[in-house]
Amino acid sequence: MNNLAPLGADMPVWAKEDEGFHVPYWVFQREDVLEMENERLFQGETWNYMCLEAELQSPGDFVAVHVGETPVIVTRDHDGEIYAFENRCSHRGSLLALEDRGNVKDFTCVYHAWTHSLQGDLVGIAFKDGIGGKGGMEKDFCMNSVGPRKLRVANVEGLIFGSFDEDVDDIEDYLGDEVLGRIRRVLEGRKMVVLGRFTQVLPNNWKLYVENTKDSYHASILHTFFTTFELNRLSQKGGIIVSPNGGCHVSYSEIDQVAEAEKAKNTIYSDQKIRSQSDLQLADKSLLASFKEFDDDITLQILTVFPGFVLQQIQNSIAVRQVLPKGTDEMHLKWTYIGFEDDTTEQRRARLKLSNLIGPGGYVSMEDGCIGGFVRRGTKGASDNNAVLEMGGRSIEGGDDRITEASIRGFWAEYRMRMGL
Amino acid sequence: MNIHVRQAEVSALISAAQARYVREIDDGDCTAWPNFFVDDCFYTITSADNYAQNLEAGLVWLDSKDMLRDRILSLLEANVYERHSYRHMIGQPFVDELEGGEVDSETSFMVARITREGPTDLFATGRYIDRYRIVGDEAKIVSRTVVLDSNQIDTLLGFPL
Repeated sequence: MNNLAPLGADMPVWAKEDEGFHVPYWVFQREDVLEMENERLFQGETWNYMCLEAELQSPGDFVAVHVGETPVIVTRDHDGEIYAFENRCSHRGSLLALEDRGNVKDFTCVYHAWTHSLQGDLVGIAFKDGIGGKGGMEKDFCMNSVGPRKLRVANVEGLIFGSFDEDVDDIEDYLGDEVLGRIRRVLEGRKMVVLGRFTQVLPNNWKLYVENTKDSYHASILHTFFTTFELNRLSQKGGIIVSPNGGCHVSYSEIDQVAEAEKAKNTIYSDQKIRSQSDLQLADKSLLASFKEFDDDITLQILTVFPGFVLQQIQNSIAVRQVLPKGTDEMHLKWTYIGFEDDTTEQRRARLKLSNLIGPGGYVSMEDGCIGGFVRRGTKGASDNNAVLEMGGRSIEGGDDRITEASIRGFWAEYRMRMGL
Repeated sequence: MNIHVRQAEVSALISAAQARYVREIDDGDCTAWPNFFVDDCFYTITSADNYAQNLEAGLVWLDSKDMLRDRILSLLEANVYERHSYRHMIGQPFVDELEGGEVDSETSFMVARITREGPTDLFATGRYIDRYRIVGDEAKIVSRTVVLDSNQIDTLLGFPL
């Protein structure tokens, strides 16, 4: 880690001994904290998800994305490699790409036609030598001396990450073996296909959504879809994995085959005793029909990469989510719904139906879009109070139960380390 | 019957059905919403970008009338959200020619959302890309693709559009 500059004099004190289990609400509210986040997290020694390799198939393909609040272009050049650089002209700072995606031979700024290569190098200046010996740039102007900042790029099983800091740890070390293994579990050796993209605008600080994705404790309490319709009939077990620095995590649940076998032995009794708690039933359960996709019994896996990336497997609904700050009180959540090239028609249909569970209108995710706003509104006037994150103790260690806030504490541990806060 | 008269009649049936449809969502409780569809219907909500790129996924993706009923049941009984309502303004339907009792139709819409503590906000604009079946003097939706003009959805998309 670079040595971090001291905090501004008016930054409140967050007691060291609070670690990640007491989090003051001013962390979500202050402009100067957001400025520090852009500098120390999003432009610091972190890896930020940018796009899928599948979105950059041919040389000249590009996508315009954001890393934190900074606009970035990701390209595939003719050497087959993927490059990323700021979406900012060398000259006067205008956006270079004005479309979300496309195929181009270079990036020529609309303002004064300064041209940049697919790798982000300045390669041409309109009227560089003037006209008829008049005007033009000074003879000693060196085009290599200016240009948008470049990002280091890493490709993890088709997920493209970027870092503004050359000194960032290799992504394998950043993720740790266990988290990396869980990315591979879902994506290794498969060709992804984008099924759809949606941007959800949330009325809250970005960290409130990150906390929510790492919070396995809330799932069965806030999201009542499965319990109301009594859809979770199989015994489940699961657990949490937290990366060494704390900031990446995996939460998963899987069918408990031992408990299922035990139940099967006792069906004669249980069949007679089971009484439905409610009369509510779904009329068309084909919405939830899933197919065997993985070698294990894991039906749900939510994986996060610090600071703002989520890979989700809910049965056969696969998606990535990118968390982007937009000021202190707003954020964008960019969803990309994913299928695979070798999906059969039936499998593709199952994914589309299961995607009713996710997104801004999803049966088990629509509540998540609201909860951050409730916290923002609830904590107005309570900047110096703090959230209590002591469920399952105070450590950041994973384990085999999910009634814990360990992975949220892990996020705050890594956040504090990287922010110097 | 004169083809133009028949065309005008079909347009009127679709307009009347759409007026009842938005009234059910805005001023009713949505429980009669599935009745505007045939049994083997299709309903999805997507964005103009996804639609233009032939990307299939939807924010909502339902392919039977029972799924539409389940959607409303879940919203009323299972899901948790802050109290809110919609106000739809719909344009005149552009109605294509009737073929074998079915007809394609497109209608623009604007939807305002009114949330418990909030003002009236513009929530969504877009168009319905529909296929209607004319049964007697009723127009029923065979397929409705709700194409949102923007990719951005604010906070939550619960009730149907």
